[in-house]
Amino acid sequence: MAACSSGWRLELVPAIELQGVVKRFGPITAVNGLDLEVPRGICLGLLGPNGAGKSTTMRLLTGQAIADEGVLRVLGHELPAEAKAARAEMGVVPQLDNLDIDVSVEDNLAVYARLYRVADVHAAVERTLDIARLRGRRRDAVDKLSGGMRRRLLLARGLVHEPDLMLLDEPTVGLDPQIRTELWSLIGGLRSRGTTILMSTHYIEEAERLADEVAVMAQGRIIARGRPADLVARHAGRETAEVYAPPERLIEIRAAAEAQGLRVRPAGPAVAIVGAERARDGAVPPDAGRRAASLEDVFVLLTGEEAE
Amino acid sequence: MRRLEPAAITGVMSREVANFRTFWKATTFSSVLEPIIYLVAFGVGLGSTIVDRVDGLEYVEFVGTGMVATAVIFSSALPAMFGTFVKYKFQNTYDAILAAPVDVEELVTAEMLWIGIRSGFYGCFPLLVAMAFGLDPAPGMLVVPLFCFVTALGFAAFGIAVAGTVSKIDQFSYVTTLFVTPLFLVAGTFFPIDGLPEGLQAAAQLNPLHHLVELVRHASFGFEATDLIRIAVLIAFATALWRVAVSRMTARLID
Repeated sequence: MAACSSGWRLELVPAIELQGVVKRFGPITAVNGLDLEVPRGICLGLLGPNGAGKSTTMRLLTGQAIADEGVLRVLGHELPAEAKAARAEMGVVPQLDNLDIDVSVEDNLAVYARLYRVADVHAAVERTLDIARLRGRRRDAVDKLSGGMRRRLLLARGLVHEPDLMLLDEPTVGLDPQIRTELWSLIGGLRSRGTTILMSTHYIEEAERLADEVAVMAQGRIIARGRPADLVARHAGRETAEVYAPPERLIEIRAAAEAQGLRVRPAGPAVAIVGAERARDGAVPPDAGRRAASLEDVFVLLTGEEAE
Repeated sequence: MRRLEPAAITGVMSREVANFRTFWKATTFSSVLEPIIYLVAFGVGLGSTIVDRVDGLEYVEFVGTGMVATAVIFSSALPAMFGTFVKYKFQNTYDAILAAPVDVEELVTAEMLWIGIRSGFYGCFPLLVAMAFGLDPAPGMLVVPLFCFVTALGFAAFGIAVAGTVSKIDQFSYVTTLFVTPLFLVAGTFFPIDGLPEGLQAAAQLNPLHHLVELVRHASFGFEATDLIRIAVLIAFATALWRVAVSRMTARLID
């Protein structure tokens, strides 16, 4: 009964709790009063432009950066004091490939199985070779693998101890679309198995596809959070109109839309009028292309940055 | 989780072993060939033409035993400096390790231990080569790997501390020129330090490598009571530099 009760209480403890976290690097405040709670079993996409503080947040969660202010708890462990215990229960997939390139695929996995104190190293290697779909290349040195294989191996390495929480730091940055899709399918598999995932990304599509919830981060804090559809409805309405015209005409269109309280953002050579369903009296030209509002609209409106 | 967990330390060392398996042949080749070259050049060349006996030893015996220290410093300080710098700066290896349940103290300790073990092994090669050139085996030589190990721990920590301090790999040139080369030359490897000016003789007593040279010679030709002090100096050197290395690497790896 006691075990049941403590297990039940553990389930109630969020996977990640950050309250008022501040991290400064000299004059730069990378994380600025960050509040973030990630319940267990969800995939939260941390979406933000470069320099928003996403990678610093990830380093704070592993204890590789120490906060100047605030409270951090990961899987119930207080950081930084219990960072090591927290790390034992989480897996990390870094933004940069840091595999040992001269070492074989299976030895790369075995080393990390030992670092994570896995009791049956052999079984862990076999299991993660299947996850990475690299059983046939197990004895090859990592530098003989393709970019996609290396990324799969990197993800599998983070799973070698079957963690409760995965931190994915820009897991598909710089990858070509085919490899990105492969990675998404692996991450989707994790999500369906109930692993809690915190995934930083600046790819809108990645967040839309994989995340149960998205937190938009800018200048070191969360500026919006919710399910992707809710965020779109709340910040961008139902419809976005994209208008392509000469620059002088775009200036006029923007002014007319903003005069009606509509939000307008640049979209490459066009302007996008967000919440176009509320436009009156020709604020949206008849030749404008209309589409459903998207998370990209929300991202650009909130952060002022171009989306990728 | 407690400090200095054996599982964390052996885990980091297992990574080093996995990597070492990919380049052990090159390391072994140079560890065998280098002392042969030195012994031919200094021991046989110099010994047969200019120097006959030094401190009552054949010159080849003098150099052969002294070269253990050379092998130790070059197989510990330099790999520690370059290896550590490359791993944290270019390969991001330490980011991956520190994302696992390993802390900086365990990481540094494991790196030191691995380099110490490797140097303890390869440091003995000059002795083996010197035997081929006429050095008589002695029972005391069995503890030479242990002396090499302890000394290498200190120099590995020195290399790690340096790597945790410099900002560019080119800056290692200052360290090798200002510290490593003088330490290796004024250790009593190629000539006895009692022929040096008094100031340099006193400085040599602060050189851990000199104590290793003396210990190896005494292990080969008869221990002295002062050897216990020499061992204590090497242990103190390793312990002090270990703490410096942990501190420098913590500053470098933890934001």
